[in-house]
Amino acid sequence: MQVKINEQDITLADGATLEQVRLEVKPDADLLIINGYPAEPGTRLYEGDRIVLIRRGEVPAEEELDALLSARHTPGVHEKIKGACVGIAGVGGLGSAIAVALTRIGVGQLIIADFDTVEASNLNRQHYFIDQIGLPKVYALRDTLARINPHVHITACHLKLTPDNLGELFASTQVLVEAFDRADQKVMLIEAFTSRCPDTPIVAGSGMAGYGPSNSIRTEQCGKRLIVCGDGETAAGPGVGLMAPRVGVAAHHQANAVLRLLLGLES
Amino acid sequence: MLIQVNGKPKEVASGTTIEALLQQLQLNVHQVVVERNTMIVNKQCYADDLLVEGDILEIVHFVGGG
Repeated sequence: MQVKINEQDITLADGATLEQVRLEVKPDADLLIINGYPAEPGTRLYEGDRIVLIRRGEVPAEEELDALLSARHTPGVHEKIKGACVGIAGVGGLGSAIAVALTRIGVGQLIIADFDTVEASNLNRQHYFIDQIGLPKVYALRDTLARINPHVHITACHLKLTPDNLGELFASTQVLVEAFDRADQKVMLIEAFTSRCPDTPIVAGSGMAGYGPSNSIRTEQCGKRLIVCGDGETAAGPGVGLMAPRVGVAAHHQANAVLRLLLGLES
Repeated sequence: MLIQVNGKPKEVASGTTIEALLQQLQLNVHQVVVERNTMIVNKQCYADDLLVEGDILEIVHFVGGG
């Protein structure tokens, strides 16, 4: 019978077990996956099975990482996430955390856009490091994301998004994330993108400053193609700063709304 | 005439524009997204678009921070 082991075609005798394959191909493997699910060594193999043998503690090859994500998320879910393209407009406190979450779950392609550079004052909430100060945020973030999963395809655009360029830039996305700072810019993005791509859902953020209760941050469907995450009212201002915990809560509301859209659980 | 705003019925005078409605609600036009009958309305149309009986509006007010 024919099977695939770590993406290589291999011919095995009928009745072969996973343990026999492990001893022959990768004796030091201690994590065994068949068709996207972890399996016991004694499991019998069948024609067409896809087997991945992994040694814990070793940096996995692309197909091994893929199999690990698939085993973690289940194959049907993983395929949908891997095939997706998500746009992120703005990579400050919201956008950088959203990009990290979506990279960790293995979203296949991210288009990130921002004109800004990393400053020391960003480090209280944004996903940058002190040695990245002075770098354009999109390039710093691209480097960080590649350290999490180098196989996610990142398109980093260091530019100011305007009504004239954003429709084209994000035209191929399945979901667009609004992660700007200024309210008028959030509104500009939503209106301009909708006029170009009326059927693509947008996940926006509004109201996540300060240290009010985490549970006042909500995910709400606001109209046909717009989801808004936040408490809806707490603007950043004097005495009400943007801080990692609450911005992170809102960012992960947004990331989870994106995931649900990709899996067909939201409209 | 009767329209619906964010899920609730609202009585407005005939001839009311989106801009006039936003003024009545004391909302800053630059901080809101208005969806009318499932289509997001471009701001340039606020002053000209007249509301009609039965319109269903979703008005989303944004605050800064991100």
